[in-house]
Amino acid sequence: MSEKPDDWTSGREAILYQVCASCRGVQYLRRSFCAACGSTDLSEKHASGEGTVYATSLVCRAATPETRAHVPYNIVLVDTKEGFRMMAHGANDLALGDAVIARFAPFAGRIVPYFERATSKRGRWR
Amino acid sequence: MSYITGVGLTSYGKHEGLSSLDLMSQAAALALADAGLERAEIDGTLCGYSTVSPHIMLATVFAEHFGIRPAYAHAVQVGGATGLAMTMLAHHLVDAGVANHVLVVGGENRLTGQSRDASIAALAQVGHPDYEVPLGPTIPAYYGLVASRYMHEYGVTQEDLAEFAVLMRAHAVDHPGAQFRERITVADVMGSKPVALPLKLLDCCPVSDGGAAFVVSREPVSDVRVRVLGCAQAHTHQHVTAAPALSELGAEIAIAKAKAAAGVGISDVRYAAVYDSFTITLAMLLEDLGLAGRGEAAARVRAGHFSRDGEMPLNTHGGLLSYGHCGVGGAMAHLVEAHLQMTGRAGKRQVRDASLALLHGDGGVLSSHVSMFLERAR
Repeated sequence: MSEKPDDWTSGREAILYQVCASCRGVQYLRRSFCAACGSTDLSEKHASGEGTVYATSLVCRAATPETRAHVPYNIVLVDTKEGFRMMAHGANDLALGDAVIARFAPFAGRIVPYFERATSKRGRWR
Repeated sequence: MSYITGVGLTSYGKHEGLSSLDLMSQAAALALADAGLERAEIDGTLCGYSTVSPHIMLATVFAEHFGIRPAYAHAVQVGGATGLAMTMLAHHLVDAGVANHVLVVGGENRLTGQSRDASIAALAQVGHPDYEVPLGPTIPAYYGLVASRYMHEYGVTQEDLAEFAVLMRAHAVDHPGAQFRERITVADVMGSKPVALPLKLLDCCPVSDGGAAFVVSREPVSDVRVRVLGCAQAHTHQHVTAAPALSELGAEIAIAKAKAAAGVGISDVRYAAVYDSFTITLAMLLEDLGLAGRGEAAARVRAGHFSRDGEMPLNTHGGLLSYGHCGVGGAMAHLVEAHLQMTGRAGKRQVRDASLALLHGDGGVLSSHVSMFLERAR
């Protein structure tokens, strides 16, 4: 469990999460144990990319030259269909409560999850 | 039992050429002089951290630099809550008889010691290194997320948030040590540069150089007697991604425990010193602490409730938003001002009655909380 996850944090177009076999809890921030009950009986799942916007903040003042090239960019918290919350990027006009779907977008030399309204034709999931 | 027996505070803003240790030493010397204590009488030292000069043993580095040999010393790191967390620890240390006089100190040349970008980048590291930081968030963005949700759930507007910046500036006008002393209006806040919407430049505290210190003692050393009545902490998460619902944040947990520890209620409070890194921070904390109803804090600002001559004077030095924010020392200035108010030494900023004060600090992204009640003892 200590190896890098095979998801966007290591450059793959995927969002992974963990499910606890003991308490059925789900967690997004990867660990070798369940943060709710301590069990090490975890399985890794692929998220659907579907969710609802919980919060947004449009960054207009970035801190590094790499990120400054992208301003303004929208930092969002999305409550996923699978029951965990994640931080990602999103379309600049997203509103709280919008149903969204993830694709992936380049950002500062990496790829990051990027959420758009679920009705958007550009939305896709692999 | 413990008493805040002396306080020291530098001006905040630019202190060109001064190091973190210099600013800590200036504030410490002021606090000792205020308490009427000699360096040799200090047997405990707690200090915060400096992002400009990180060190694995900052308290002993400071003690050697300042010329003291305490029996107890270490640094404490709880982000913006560090000052009050140190005060809480000092309270328990002297109460337990571990030390008689604990010097609590924080100071940093955060403005002139590094570039503003370096400050912003260093602070953004409170985010998760794998799941948040690669997305390019900033501290204002973390709080911008919280602001968007709070506004959504409680009908708070950007104009409402602007009121808190205007209030803090109005207070700072009368403090010669404040970094920003020109009055501003709601329109100024609304028209200021977008930083991490809904937060704009004037919704955000500045980066400052400065230092603050106080002495926490087992017994009073003069007839200036400010007693720690009770305090408590709560830590619910570190990363905003893992934060609980707005209704389950740590401020409400900490204040409930602190009220029980102090044996007082919000109706007993006469002066409030509340963490205000951003306008949203102050709005939320006032409501979480019970100093205003949900979504009603801005209306109370407009009605003058939190003004110097209002029912609940708040951060009369100007808070982080206008006095300034030099890191650990930032929120320690809130306690220094509370102490001056409680002891009738706040000059033209003096409020009618500050006999009982509520202080609250927040670290991270509303992650760590410390609530504390201080009482003027006769």
